[in-house]
Amino acid sequence: MLFLVASGFLLAPLAPVLHRRWPRRAGWLLSLLPFSLSAWLFLHARHLEEGARRWVYPWIPSLDVALSFRLDGLSFLFSLLIAIVGGFVVLYASGYLEGHEHLGRIYAWLLTFMASMLGLVLADNLIALFVFWELTSLSSYLLIGFYHEREAARAAALQALLVTGLGGLALLAGFVLMGRIGSSFELSALEPQAAALTSHPLYAAVLLLVLAGAFTKSAQFPFHFWLPDAMEAPAPVSAYLHAAAMVKAGVYLVARLTPTLGGTPLFLSLVAGTGALTMILGAWLAYRQAYLKRILAYSTVSALGALMLLLGLGTPAAVKAAIAVFFAHVLYKGALFLAAGNVEHGAGTGELRLLGGLARAMPLTAFAALAAAASMAGLPPSFGFIAKESLLAGALEVPPEAPWAAWIAVAASALLIAVSLLVSWRVFAGEAGKAAAGAHEASPAMLVGPVALGTSGFLLGLSPGLERLLEPAASVVTGAPVPMDLALWHGWNLPLALSGASLAAGLLLYAGRKQALAALGALDWGRFGPAVWYRATLKATLKLADVQTRLLQSGYLRGYLTIVVATVVGLLFFGGLRRAGWQLSAPAEDPGAVETLVVLVVLASVAAAVVSSSRLGAIAALGAAGYGIALIFLLAGAPDLAITQFVVESLVVVLFVFAFYRLPRFARLSSPASRLRDVAFAGAVGVLMSLLTLAAAGSSLHEPISNYFGEWAYLKAHGRNVVNVILVDFRALDTLGEITVIGIAALGVYALLGLRRTGGGA
Amino acid sequence: MTPLMALLVGVLYAAGIYMLLRRSIVKLILGLVLLSHAAHLLIFTAGGLEWRRAPFIPPGAERLTGVVADPLPQALIMTAIVISFGVTAFALVLVYRAHQAASTDDWDEMRSSEP
Repeated sequence: MLFLVASGFLLAPLAPVLHRRWPRRAGWLLSLLPFSLSAWLFLHARHLEEGARRWVYPWIPSLDVALSFRLDGLSFLFSLLIAIVGGFVVLYASGYLEGHEHLGRIYAWLLTFMASMLGLVLADNLIALFVFWELTSLSSYLLIGFYHEREAARAAALQALLVTGLGGLALLAGFVLMGRIGSSFELSALEPQAAALTSHPLYAAVLLLVLAGAFTKSAQFPFHFWLPDAMEAPAPVSAYLHAAAMVKAGVYLVARLTPTLGGTPLFLSLVAGTGALTMILGAWLAYRQAYLKRILAYSTVSALGALMLLLGLGTPAAVKAAIAVFFAHVLYKGALFLAAGNVEHGAGTGELRLLGGLARAMPLTAFAALAAAASMAGLPPSFGFIAKESLLAGALEVPPEAPWAAWIAVAASALLIAVSLLVSWRVFAGEAGKAAAGAHEASPAMLVGPVALGTSGFLLGLSPGLERLLEPAASVVTGAPVPMDLALWHGWNLPLALSGASLAAGLLLYAGRKQALAALGALDWGRFGPAVWYRATLKATLKLADVQTRLLQSGYLRGYLTIVVATVVGLLFFGGLRRAGWQLSAPAEDPGAVETLVVLVVLASVAAAVVSSSRLGAIAALGAAGYGIALIFLLAGAPDLAITQFVVESLVVVLFVFAFYRLPRFARLSSPASRLRDVAFAGAVGVLMSLLTLAAAGSSLHEPISNYFGEWAYLKAHGRNVVNVILVDFRALDTLGEITVIGIAALGVYALLGLRRTGGGA
Repeated sequence: MTPLMALLVGVLYAAGIYMLLRRSIVKLILGLVLLSHAAHLLIFTAGGLEWRRAPFIPPGAERLTGVVADPLPQALIMTAIVISFGVTAFALVLVYRAHQAASTDDWDEMRSSEP
């Protein structure tokens, strides 16, 4: 299992190498990995009925963080689709970006992304899940910004990263709270505690935080704006991230956590409410767009909203519908995005106005797109038809809290039917558009994916036995076995009638699109939309950074020093006061006459060094202070320190005398006012440090570690001078570090002095 | 004795910081030296002042006994003295080169790299 998740990460760094070696074959070769992973998963399908299987690899046991993976119906379905679509997308990228100098790079990122996504849906440990979650955000940042020379691509990548990254932080907070309440980070250990979790006072906070993560990732209102902007990415990336994988992570998370956090009125109103709003808003915005990929992006937003709505409703019928819609959507939206990529590639534009009648030039792409669009519109016998029927059935079987669900579902389906006509019929049939003239069919690598995904989405409606794949997933969400009856014909019933009604409405909407847009086009909601809030927030943040940089980084050395010293000392005292208060009961032993005299000499020398206006005088005073301190060490039972201090002090004095000869004279540069200010500041710091010294000397937090050294210095290290034993034996590595520092300083001195010899500087 | 040492530590800190804040580039080095003295004595005093007896294990004994000075702060300070010597030497040369390159002895005039 670890290999399943890790193989993508392992292969990713090799992908550019493979690409350089075999530029034309690398895509086919690399797509073997996702396909073999999906084969492995597929072979595993028969174990699903035996229940979930877990694999646990210890990671940070002391924090209850493990790389634990769980393969059950839900993670099986998601990981299977991630791997299959991943394979097609890698293959597709090899054709779409053929000859691009960074093709090897996009292989690496796609594989990294796939591996992160697999880790995300398979993880059983919340912290591991979060890590994979963030890895998908990071790799999607790289993928969206693939055309990094374009400003819009960079901005879109940053926007996706910021929005999903902030959501990720909220998610982490939610996970930590969950872990604290349930005292475990293992999902399988948290599920039995669902009752305790949902009745906990912090339940609302947990839910809001987790949903913030899920909603940002799955582009729910009001975070939906990053997804259409992310269409700056190359088509294979859009197909993978924005149809099949990444945006489904939020849906997956909600589904996964339904048994743990779901089933409450709050869950229902938040998830279903947001989902319904996103569903209808996304469908309407998709209907309005003028560019192929943006239409698809908004229709994805709408589908994600539908999934959230169904998961929020949480009835068995709704959950069944969610799984069916998810499955159908991955297939048809993946195919449509890839087909849109072919159109942009072959016809040179994605602008709807210029497209039309492309079927003659691009028959296979047209076939794939029409099949996929039929599934999207929910025409029989496609799987999309079944998904839509169950969607309507799920929305009809509503709890009393959400009577609006069915209306919204019907309205959004009608809009989406118009949209599916827009992206297929409008582009491929009818009279030729301006761009049709030079259009050409795509290469085989770019056809395998869309055709395979599109036809399977179309034909799976006819295939029996699909329940075996989908049922276990739905059962995991509801927590009880859910029999699924995925037949095309359920008899004359209300969902069928609604399906027919939405079809008729959709046709009307398609036919009257021009008039509808003209009537409503004046309403430009974008001016108030969340994208504007995002830009305003970003701008304000940068402005704040600018202001505080100007404030803190004045360019004057003493300005920096004042800030640093004030911060350190301030924090020290604030913390000290809060923690312990101040106990200034230092052992009051009377100082002897000699000690007092030495301290007084040092004090006088320091004063002299500060006020002296002659360089030599200051050096002499400084030397006197140093020797005085050495004497203090000697008197206080530290002969080693005293010796070192004597030697170092002598060296420093010699050094100073040599160097000061070359340095400028002391100059009195500051004004009296600033001197006074500095005296006050330095004096305040001095007083505080005196107090700190007293407090530290008077307190004993812990039994001294020195007792250990005193106990064992002779017995273990065979030395009688305990200080020396510590330095060269117990803490020998520290001493090595110290020698290294001295060595680096010496090198630095040498290099700086050497500058003159080579003629630089001066 | 501790109060007297605390006073010394405070004065050394005050003097060191005051010198660091001067505009004259040479005084900065004096400030650094004073500041490191202050830090050494702070550690030394905070470790407790057990006067006069050095932490030696007398011949014949196997372990440290009785009231002796704490060896651990001494080991720390030993390291600190040597490192602050390195820092002082490096700062001295750096200031010397900066003075040569910028031909000024005033920190306030060395702002060309700042906005």
